[in-house]
Amino acid sequence: MVQRLIDRQPADLGLLRRICLAAVEALSASGSGISVMTADGTRGVCATSDPVSERVEELQFVLGEGPCIDAFADRRPVLAADLSDSEVHRWPVYAPAARADGVCAVFAFPLQVGAARLGVMDIFRDRVGPLSGTEMQTAFTIVEVTVEALLDMQHELARDGDGAAVLDFGRHAELFQAQGMVMMQLGVSIGEALVRMRAHAYAENRRLEDVARDIVERRLRWDGNN
Amino acid sequence: MSTVSAERLATIFVEAADTLVAEFDLLDFLHMLTDRARSLVDAAAAGLMLADERGRLAFMAGSDENVRLVELFQLQNDQGPCLEAFRTGQPVINVDLAAATDRWPRFAPRAAQAGFRSVHAFPLRLRTQVIGALNIFGSSTGGDFDSADVPVMQALADVATIGLMQERTIRRSEALTEQLQGALNSRIIIEQAKGALAQLHGISVDEAFRRIRAYARNNNRRLTEVAELIVTDLAALPGLAER
Repeated sequence: MVQRLIDRQPADLGLLRRICLAAVEALSASGSGISVMTADGTRGVCATSDPVSERVEELQFVLGEGPCIDAFADRRPVLAADLSDSEVHRWPVYAPAARADGVCAVFAFPLQVGAARLGVMDIFRDRVGPLSGTEMQTAFTIVEVTVEALLDMQHELARDGDGAAVLDFGRHAELFQAQGMVMMQLGVSIGEALVRMRAHAYAENRRLEDVARDIVERRLRWDGNN
Repeated sequence: MSTVSAERLATIFVEAADTLVAEFDLLDFLHMLTDRARSLVDAAAAGLMLADERGRLAFMAGSDENVRLVELFQLQNDQGPCLEAFRTGQPVINVDLAAATDRWPRFAPRAAQAGFRSVHAFPLRLRTQVIGALNIFGSSTGGDFDSADVPVMQALADVATIGLMQERTIRRSEALTEQLQGALNSRIIIEQAKGALAQLHGISVDEAFRRIRAYARNNNRRLTEVAELIVTDLAALPGLAER
């Protein structure tokens, strides 16, 4: 469903922009934004659905506070269904400023794979209230698609967005163990290790989980003359 | 379980309800819970799974590595007692694994191969919502649950569920989602750290996990925190970094 919605967006727009527009449609939101953030301090708005969302997204970096920043720091979603409520105490400057731009609720989802942190996706709504159970599920699917898009971009892979089931979070322990092993073998960051594994799987036309199993069982390694 | 004193039982229940402490860590809490559940009925092992937002179960904690592998097998094959308890909301009690091949054709032989003889599973439920399941494995068929054990274990599961659902701001229904998603990601960090340490020292991932847990315990640090440092700043953990 999510993939179809992304495909339906104007083809001349970048993938991240199309994801933002699809998210707005799927979650009956007023806007959305994707920001790239890394542990070494890189911060920047990457794509948004519309100019107002871009301003609200930027605002967090200008003010140094907001759901997006908390979601990144705490490595978990920050679901603020009512910015006018007690949330004001949480973000004394951001909350009134966002409301002045018509944003009444913000749902911020970290874009991450374990310790590999890529950024945050924000969903904005012009009305108060939580995401429904179904909407929450859709939101997490969109988040996974976005994580895959960001990983692919790091390797400039011209993949069609068929990313389904490439990362099945939480189920394939071996995938993440392999990621840790490749990190050590190559001396790269934990995020870069996953990018390399995906590139290898893509080049060899193999499933990522099969590549991961080979790494964990030490049939495949990168530090020798592989 | 008849040998457990009322005092010890009370202590375990207080621990299981104690999620409101300032430095609460969900994964540490779940590990504590599996350890206590296992020792309470003198079982061989206990494992715990929680559902993510899409209703898919994910392995969260186990009393040892052996049980972790069996739990993952259960998830990958989409059959077994935890899945049954989760889907029906009812406990699965005293199943003899040797006679359960019809019920779980793939899971039963695998669990038996891991050394388990019997299995039980309890849903983690609050009113109509089921958020996960607790699995108990026995190493002898003679060590089956008697009728008094079942309500005690279900009560432990229920108290833990209430604890989980009220953690932090009770008034916000989103708090559990935030907490669960955070814990699922912590689980991934732990797997990444196991791989990294296994590679560094040329040891198995199981041995790597034992070292991570021991390090966290001995240095009074959270499991998640230690795992994250392993993959982001290993030099900060001299005891683990040395070859």
